[in-house]
Amino acid sequence: MASKPRTLYEKIWDEHVVERSDANDDGGTCLIYIDRHLVHEVTSPQAFEALRVSGRTVRRPDLTLAVPDHNLPTTARLDSAGKRLPIADAESAAQLAALETNAPAFGIRYIGATDAEQGIVHVVGPEQGFSLPGATIVCGDSHTSCHGGLGALAFGIGTSEVEHVLATQTLLLTPSKTMEVRVTGDLGPGITPKDLVLHIIGVIGTAGGTGHVIEFRGKVFEEMSIEGRLTVCNMSIEGGARAGLVAADETTFAYLKGRPLAPKGDDWDKAVAWWKSLATDPGAKFDKSVVIDAADVQPTVTWGTSPEDTVAIGGVVPDPASFADPSKQDAARKSLDYMGLIPGQRMDEVEVQNVFIGSCTNSRIEDLRAAAKVLQGRTKAPSVKWAIVVPGSGLVKAQAEAEGLDKIFIAAGLEWREPGCSACLGMNPDKVPPGERCASTSNRNFVGRQGPGARTHLVSPAMAAAAAVMGRLTDVRELT
Amino acid sequence: MEPVKLISGKAYPFGRKNVDTDVVIPAHWLKTISRDGLGKGCFEVVRKEPSNVFDDPAYAGAPILIAGDNFGCGSSREHAAWAMLDMGITAVIAPSYSDIFSSNAFKNGILAVALPQAAVDRLMEVAKTDPITIDLEHQTVTTPFQDRFTFELDPFRKHCLLNGLDEVGLTLARQDAIAGYEARASKDLPFLAKGIAAAG
Repeated sequence: MASKPRTLYEKIWDEHVVERSDANDDGGTCLIYIDRHLVHEVTSPQAFEALRVSGRTVRRPDLTLAVPDHNLPTTARLDSAGKRLPIADAESAAQLAALETNAPAFGIRYIGATDAEQGIVHVVGPEQGFSLPGATIVCGDSHTSCHGGLGALAFGIGTSEVEHVLATQTLLLTPSKTMEVRVTGDLGPGITPKDLVLHIIGVIGTAGGTGHVIEFRGKVFEEMSIEGRLTVCNMSIEGGARAGLVAADETTFAYLKGRPLAPKGDDWDKAVAWWKSLATDPGAKFDKSVVIDAADVQPTVTWGTSPEDTVAIGGVVPDPASFADPSKQDAARKSLDYMGLIPGQRMDEVEVQNVFIGSCTNSRIEDLRAAAKVLQGRTKAPSVKWAIVVPGSGLVKAQAEAEGLDKIFIAAGLEWREPGCSACLGMNPDKVPPGERCASTSNRNFVGRQGPGARTHLVSPAMAAAAAVMGRLTDVRELT
Repeated sequence: MEPVKLISGKAYPFGRKNVDTDVVIPAHWLKTISRDGLGKGCFEVVRKEPSNVFDDPAYAGAPILIAGDNFGCGSSREHAAWAMLDMGITAVIAPSYSDIFSSNAFKNGILAVALPQAAVDRLMEVAKTDPITIDLEHQTVTTPFQDRFTFELDPFRKHCLLNGLDEVGLTLARQDAIAGYEARASKDLPFLAKGIAAAG
């Protein structure tokens, strides 16, 4: 066992086993230690209530960080006198108030709605150095897979598991299978990590990674920024995978060094030495392997209501009859009906009335720079009624303002908002009206995801900016 | 949690593939701080379709839902499981499930039975007229027509379901093992073990 080559996933798993349910070492339920737990307002109230009812406490409040994001309106939070503005929706207000009360009551550090560091959990974790390579990281949100971009084993959990982690700092889990997505060659000019991950999901399908943890391997990822790796791992869940991983390297260490909650001094040196030891061993076997040629990746958009419904911007809406599987034909027909598209229609002729730049997938500084680069000196098309830019955190917002990006967005006719999950999901005031289209940098194009009847096209930040300028889905390379 | 042994009754022959948890319960229902009352929003979008199975009186109150591949994909919201329970659904039969839904179902005593597509197709037919029985102890699904399908289930999950065990309670009984791990980790992985109090 000791000398068998192991993957990055297997090394992190083995390091965190508290107990195995059987002596065989392979498979079976294990008790796994959790190093970092992120908590937000939507999936935690019932967990805290359960602790309260049973008289239980939080085992390691110091491994837990709470921040509101999903429900929080992205409009101004303070009035001109610096006083907090009330939240109009009573249910949202109650849910946000519950987190604000629960976190300190259980000894958990809380970043409040008006704090400079507030933001989307999956932006805040890496940014604060709370999320670290080799750590097990959980949150009651499926896009926790995001933190795998730092080489952490990170995955979403349900509320019962949130309660379990709060009470015990562990989870009862069965090992996942391992899957390698190896990308060969280089991405073409103007092709972004978002295009790449949409393309990958189009290839493997939304259930392609079910039961697996994906490790993204190849030169493309080694040369990719941390922001890009976070985007790719964020959407691993859309390929069905529990988690996504990119091995930590010098880029990761440079990103983390000096962040407020990252290790310091002697601990830092020890950490780097251990992080380096976690890389997948030569000769380690993956249960499943998919190879993607980077040269095949074009600026990518979605046409349907599943993230696997992807097509290059130069392509057309597919004919449902072109799918081999009868149930996929049926699903495609339903999707096209919902989306109001017809087979053979060119994707770059699809008009959009709304543009959303934000979400845990694409709201980091690099994303905002990419969008601003396209919008510089341009304005949104008059037919685009609503276009918003929502930074992932207060620190991203401050950085963007220091670089003057906010002025570019505003000059182009886009709104510049406060940090939060915003129009990624229809549970705060930022929604797309029924029957209208949105070019969105978020992660899900499900029926009703951005509001009842809303039609979502998933795109990269640069492509969203191009859509805002042209009023239709557009190959951003035409604008550069 | 109540022990689960036998689930028998009508089944919704839904059959759709890749049903995401936004379809099971849309986000605007998630602004609650309780687990109750979500049945009203369960499959809200589907229920707007004419002649959907959920509003067909023939299946009213069915405890079983039959679906296609990859049921419960997408969001981790446990509200999906709570909403189904509130609607009276205590078992799902499908060829496969998303990892997170499968776990959320189990924690709420919902049986997520995985059967091959051919068996699911057969049960879809039977459900249109007759009841279906799921026997957890023997891991079988049967119909009044001599159909008998067996399914796999993690032995630990089966044990918890049959005995109605509280997982948090079970793990709290392993405090010594957890403390032992933490003692090891504080030596071997101090940069993870110290937590954020130390980082200031």
